[in-house]
Amino acid sequence: MSRAANADERNPAGRVVRGAIWAAAHLGSIVGLLVAWEIFARSGAVTMFMLPPFSAVAARIWADGVDGNLWLNVGLTLYRTFVGFLLASVIGVGIGIAMARTRWARWFFDPIISVGFPMPKVVFLPVVILWLGVFDVSKITMVALEAVFPVVTATVLGIQGVGHELVWSARNMGAKDRELLWQVLLPAAFPQIMTGIQVALPIALIVAVFAEMAMGGFGLGGAMMQASRFADSRGVFAGIVEIAVIGYCVVKGLAVLRHHLLLWHQEAVSPSTV
Amino acid sequence: MSAALIRYSPLLILAIAWQLVSQFEFVSSTALPPLTQIGAAWLDLLTSGDLQKNAVPSLYRGGAGLVLAIAFGTALGIAMAWWRPVNVVLGPLVEAFYPMPKSALIPVTVIWLGFGDGSKILLIFLGCMLPVTIGAYNGARSTEQVLVWSARCMGASRLRMMWDVVLPSALPELLNGIRTALALAFILMVTSELIVAREGLGNLIGFLGANGSYAAMYAVVLTVAFLGFAADRIYQTLTQRVLAWRETGLA
Repeated sequence: MSRAANADERNPAGRVVRGAIWAAAHLGSIVGLLVAWEIFARSGAVTMFMLPPFSAVAARIWADGVDGNLWLNVGLTLYRTFVGFLLASVIGVGIGIAMARTRWARWFFDPIISVGFPMPKVVFLPVVILWLGVFDVSKITMVALEAVFPVVTATVLGIQGVGHELVWSARNMGAKDRELLWQVLLPAAFPQIMTGIQVALPIALIVAVFAEMAMGGFGLGGAMMQASRFADSRGVFAGIVEIAVIGYCVVKGLAVLRHHLLLWHQEAVSPSTV
Repeated sequence: MSAALIRYSPLLILAIAWQLVSQFEFVSSTALPPLTQIGAAWLDLLTSGDLQKNAVPSLYRGGAGLVLAIAFGTALGIAMAWWRPVNVVLGPLVEAFYPMPKSALIPVTVIWLGFGDGSKILLIFLGCMLPVTIGAYNGARSTEQVLVWSARCMGASRLRMMWDVVLPSALPELLNGIRTALALAFILMVTSELIVAREGLGNLIGFLGANGSYAAMYAVVLTVAFLGFAADRIYQTLTQRVLAWRETGLA
């Protein structure tokens, strides 16, 4: 990889060509899959109900886009995902900082996190419905409940992993607790915190779609369940395609954001795995 | 013993607070039944056999889906790491489908395989395969070249090298991927049963909730949560044993 990087520096045109080949290979397999889907669906091996051809599904998505339902559903799903995800990030980083910095918070939250993390929190759905009803508040609560755990553990590990030299130097130069936190600990732990947040985002989306399926109403999950009840398999497959595209865009978007936020960090220099 | 007591005392405090809050009706006891009542409901479910009757299909679905996902995912990940053409074709697909919310597949698996075990197993298989694949891929790619060359030099066949060199060195990352898959298997099991099923723990929760027997519902919810927790703990103990030959173990 490093040899390729050197070659890129010497020859910018090579980089463009390499990028183009990469994009072509990527698009190639996706297009190949869609073509295979179309051919298989039209071959008569399966019924139109079990697998409608991609062209029909695309037409359906187009129709939904024209009459505006698509945007309403996508907007609602993204709204619930992101509000829950942001709550989980803020609360998670807060609890993580408290656990890494104060003893009583560590004592209190440590067993809760270590027992709660491996549990399937989605099972609390009926309880959340019982308390908060079936509207946005309960859907967002479900999302935040499941997404908060990876953020907490990543924050604790990140802050604990900050080198003693950094902390001692800052103290020596007279940093107060607040300055130490904002100017030393959080920036130094940021790559790891960001990793936790990146784990939390797909989870948030999974739970948002599931909560919509289970509670009904608008949103991509609700629309899919509706279609499924009316045996409208085009609608179901349209939902799958929409959700897959959104999942990909959201996760890629966060990876790009990470790259921009961490330009100062050495990981931006070496090829990142994300 | 006392160290464990101090360590887990916050959970005990929460449990006592729960009991007191609902005992003295600070919140409605339908919304939060006292723990004692939940315990009694749990015993009822156990003696009537409802719990076991529903746990068996659930665990069967989760286990079957997970085993399939581990077998296919590992093979796929190692193939992607070792044969370039496989990676060129399948890499982008794995990357595109990895972030997809797996719960979206529930209606599709129902269309394909109906309401029974098959659709749940397929869902769990599809949902859990990619984390395993990515773990195996990253692990197999990071095999040290020196080890590979040495094995070659000593006349190992390609297959033998797979088994003796690549698989062991891919193991730590692979086992991490399987841990993610284990958690996902529980999530998908419960979600699919809550939404479409005739039996299973998720279905039992939905049924009890709809009937208004909230204490029993809480009992099953806590049982599933505990099963997920216990499965993860057992898995971690096992992986530590498997990885004991490594200097650092699983971080």
